[in-house]
Amino acid sequence: MSKVHVSTIINDDTVEFLCESEQTLLDVLRDDLRLTGSKEGCASGDCGACSVIMDGRLVCACLLLAAEAEGSTIETIEGMANGSDLHPLQQQFLDHAALQCGVCTPGFLIAAKALLDRNPDPTETEVRYWLAGNLCRCTGYDKIVRAVLDTAAETRN
Amino acid sequence: MQYEAPTTVDQAVALLKNSGNASKVLAGGTDLLVQLRSGMIEPELIVDIKKIPEVRSILKEDGKFRVGAVVTGAELGEHGDLKAAWPGVVEAAELIGSTQIQGRASLGGNLCNASPAADAVPALVAAGAICMIAGPNGRRELPVGAICTGPGQTSLSPGEFVVSFLFPIPKPRSGDAYLRFIPRTEMDIAVVGVGIHITLDAENVCVDARVAVGAVAPTVLLVEESAAALVGTMVDDASIDKMIAAVRDSCDPIDDKRGTVVYRTQVAGVLAGRVCRIALQRTRRHE
Amino acid sequence: MAIVTKRVSDEREAEEQNFNWVGTRAVRPDGVDKVTGRAKFGADLHLPNMLVGKMLRSPHAHARILSIDISSAEKLPGVKAIVTREDFSDLASEFVPAGEMMVNYRDITRNVMAREKVLYEGHALAAVAAVNAIVAREALALIQVDYEVLPHVLDVVEAMKPEAVLIQEDLLTDGADPPADKPSNIAKRVEFGHGDIETGFAKADVIVEREFNTRPVHQGYIEPHACVASVSEDGQAELWCSTQGHYVVRGHCARILGMDVAKLRVTASEIGGGFGGKTVVYLEPVALALSRKACQPVKMVMTREEVFKASGPASGANMRVKIGATRDGRITAGEAILHYQAGAFQGSPVPPGAQCAFAPYDLEHVRAVGFDVLVNRPKVAAYRAPGAPISEYAVESVVDEVAKKLNIDPIEFRLKNASREGTKASHGPKFGPIGLVETLEAAQAHDHYQSPLQPGQGRGVASGYWFNIGGQSSVTLNTSEDGTVALVVGTPDIGGSRASLGMMVAEELGVELDKVRPMIGDTSSLGYNFLTGGSRTTFATGKVAVDAARDLVSQLRERAAKIWDVPVGDILWHNGEALQKNGRGGPTETLSFRDLAESMGKTGGPLVGQASENVQGAAPSFGTHVVDVDVDRETGRVEILRYTVVQDAGKAIHPSYVEGQYQGGAVQGIGWALNEEYIYDSEGRLENAGFLDYRMPVCSDVPMIDTVIVEVPNPAHPYGVKGVGETPIVPPLAAISNAVANALGIRFSELPMSPPRVLAAIAAASSSK
Repeated sequence: MSKVHVSTIINDDTVEFLCESEQTLLDVLRDDLRLTGSKEGCASGDCGACSVIMDGRLVCACLLLAAEAEGSTIETIEGMANGSDLHPLQQQFLDHAALQCGVCTPGFLIAAKALLDRNPDPTETEVRYWLAGNLCRCTGYDKIVRAVLDTAAETRN
Repeated sequence: MQYEAPTTVDQAVALLKNSGNASKVLAGGTDLLVQLRSGMIEPELIVDIKKIPEVRSILKEDGKFRVGAVVTGAELGEHGDLKAAWPGVVEAAELIGSTQIQGRASLGGNLCNASPAADAVPALVAAGAICMIAGPNGRRELPVGAICTGPGQTSLSPGEFVVSFLFPIPKPRSGDAYLRFIPRTEMDIAVVGVGIHITLDAENVCVDARVAVGAVAPTVLLVEESAAALVGTMVDDASIDKMIAAVRDSCDPIDDKRGTVVYRTQVAGVLAGRVCRIALQRTRRHE
Repeated sequence: MAIVTKRVSDEREAEEQNFNWVGTRAVRPDGVDKVTGRAKFGADLHLPNMLVGKMLRSPHAHARILSIDISSAEKLPGVKAIVTREDFSDLASEFVPAGEMMVNYRDITRNVMAREKVLYEGHALAAVAAVNAIVAREALALIQVDYEVLPHVLDVVEAMKPEAVLIQEDLLTDGADPPADKPSNIAKRVEFGHGDIETGFAKADVIVEREFNTRPVHQGYIEPHACVASVSEDGQAELWCSTQGHYVVRGHCARILGMDVAKLRVTASEIGGGFGGKTVVYLEPVALALSRKACQPVKMVMTREEVFKASGPASGANMRVKIGATRDGRITAGEAILHYQAGAFQGSPVPPGAQCAFAPYDLEHVRAVGFDVLVNRPKVAAYRAPGAPISEYAVESVVDEVAKKLNIDPIEFRLKNASREGTKASHGPKFGPIGLVETLEAAQAHDHYQSPLQPGQGRGVASGYWFNIGGQSSVTLNTSEDGTVALVVGTPDIGGSRASLGMMVAEELGVELDKVRPMIGDTSSLGYNFLTGGSRTTFATGKVAVDAARDLVSQLRERAAKIWDVPVGDILWHNGEALQKNGRGGPTETLSFRDLAESMGKTGGPLVGQASENVQGAAPSFGTHVVDVDVDRETGRVEILRYTVVQDAGKAIHPSYVEGQYQGGAVQGIGWALNEEYIYDSEGRLENAGFLDYRMPVCSDVPMIDTVIVEVPNPAHPYGVKGVGETPIVPPLAAISNAVANALGIRFSELPMSPPRVLAAIAAASSSK
């Protein structure tokens, strides 16, 4: 079977790749493009560690065929900081100690960014439900939620 | 495996027709990708229908909403008019999975995956939504409740797929609602789901009711006896209790990792009561 | 969030005023890599010419392997190596420590690759290395295995019956009295305690005895097991893996594969959670065996399903607890009989479970008996305070019931009976300066405990205990020529230990924190290091790091003495500078760390601080949790409304990460209490081997977790550190069960308290009324 040619924009760069039709977007990001910041925790859309933003929507890269990404614009964790300036969420996660092992962190940051891009003033409940698709087993979520709420407050001011 | 992304309904039908049973329609992919990954299915052809404009849009036809089969849960939730007209359908669609899943999952996929526990289906059945189906022999319409025939099984013929859903114009004093029970607050498959649509007359007498229950039988049940318990009443506590009893009588669930027969039957009734009261409240929402 | 400090002496108090780093909330040194996606975890390494390895696993819970035919799979183009039991030599029975639990080499080698039988669904029995994952999966499908399927046993009580199918045909119970003369599934019997419980129960006015059942739960780390192995033609090997202890992995792999230990260099990747579950080997010896055969690097990554089916859960258990007390609230005797599932190989954490069961109480008469029982489930692995959460759940549930019967406030009741410094613990030792009473008092005084409940809500309290351990660590401080320092440690950083270790070293050296770069060295770069486990890293590696820093400071003082030509005894080290005691300056008034580093080539050569120790003096940590719940009486769902963790840290080096341990442990405990469990079908196959149906708590399931850090210092650590990582998971199970009992008036003796169980109990209670 011949490979599928896919053109995308990933983190503001035009990226073309060839993929097998079976490959997920996550497979291509990690194994072929070596963007290993997106993690595979379950391959079934239940942990959110592979969260990316595609055409403005938060999605699990493990639940997309790479071929489906044709023509789309994708944001991954590798594109979140602006040069040496961390995104305010990244800085708040550091300041709040909102990570322990850190493997879920890229997914949480991308998911939180998608939230704040849409809703700059979320309540704690809105943050918790928005992030319910991202599993963290280390932190008990407390410091993550605080980091997101404080980023929102800081950005609004 | 081959991947195709046709841009018209006719192209999609042609691809599906030529490949027979060896193909799968790809909508949002949130169930299909999991099945592919686990080796549960091994199709030769994947037909991605998301590049077809007709299946991606929400339109109004003669005052009726026509919702494309692959419109995502997130898009439904952002559509103020649709939400105002069919809040139960939209809240059901929005309960499918996480925020990430909401970015992909669709009514069409949720229906045609044919899980007895699909969240959108009881609400769609209660709403009386009609599916527009395209296939080798042209187009046909079927009520949503006629699509699923058993777990993972549909009445669609080879080459057919669901293009869109047509919703009736909501009557002035009508309301719909959907609730499901899950052990956590998010991320679980429904242990039980109940969708109810009721219509009152000017004297607050129920003139029409549709009660649909998910995850308590091989397919979503439309419980006529429950509807009968409400029609002609003021939807008071006594009639709601009768409606609940009829829901429980209709349940024929299984024991599995997600719930027991006893539990599902009991909670189906509990949810039916809660959903009915929300739907009743919504009959007054335009006043 | 609050910190309550009990100071041991005025001297320490004075010292604490001057800390620059210890006790602050500095940004962790590995943080930027982790928020930018740069950090490399187990599956993130790609080597040139790398193959993909996949495992064939048993579909049966118990079966004899009659034959394994790999001939067709070997012929598949792209297949580079296949290994089975033929590629692993048998090892004799020998127990070695792994974390706080013991493992046996005869068993490990059979667990990584089945030999005579498969003993659980998911048991590995062949592995393939191929050019890509698609070919590897095709090859697995071509391997033919003939099984003789045997009856299986999953339940611990069933497994103990004389007629039960034997999982290991020659297993005689260790510690049985009289000695066992017939094989059984009971691997071991242990007993701890003192006094005479019958005498104690005779003095009681109230006795409560209950039986408890719990299910296995998984550690649930988000990163699946992953490794990359590369063995060269001459037998020198490299292994990259996600582990809590790369030295331990090195030892196990070398033994299993018959290699010289020094020929294997293991590098610990960033680790995406472990909680005890990454203290053992699964993929690593297999990947090495495949690489040795293929002479190419091999990467293996478990799927989530494999993680659930084939890596260590925590034991499920059947337990009986009996407690007697006098009318005025003094416990007269306590007894616990514990039956723990070990999985398919012996080694459940029932010994620590039995030791911890009554640790919070000062008892005259106490007895805890434990049985380690084989069942056809995956071999259990350590999970955060292994064994303690369930035994203490049973004891703390009965304690709550006794207090209720006596109409005494549950915290008051615990205070009347609490272990204190000098108490003889039920498992033998006399406690040193412990902080249980302080946690109880802080919980009692907390706004949470004082606040009123709404109708229908319930509040629960429980305390918990874990020993914590010390052990072997090696630390090196390599001084750069500009006065910056590489801090190299050999204990993987699982939750921020590079931050706490760097802070202690910066404190000792008197330098800015960003002048110290902490990193995890590979197994060839340092002396031996035991693993990150037993809540030991900040305590034990921390003490060794402080000693390494002190070693470096003494060298710096010597160099300064040399430069100034004065006796070293005249040199002080203060705030990162050498000073002369008498105030007389040499050529300069002071010599900074940077000055001394720049001149090190002229003053004696490289400046390297080193320490290697087997650290003793680990101090236990006690905690007390308070939780409020509401219960939906119609669906049985329990909602956690408010949660407060109070725990003794000894000293919180980095309070944020201490709080993080408290919060994370509490939420894991909430999952254990409410929804998490292994569900098997009648064939012994796991039905919920995925995050969807295993149901760990998600963000919307829990409230903020309030914390109070109590500080009763550990005299064996330079800053007073006690380990904090494990104790937080001990109290939640009973605290939540007690809260549900308080809300509903129904005592639960089974976990998880999932909605169907709760609703059934409500129905049973109302029908019995």
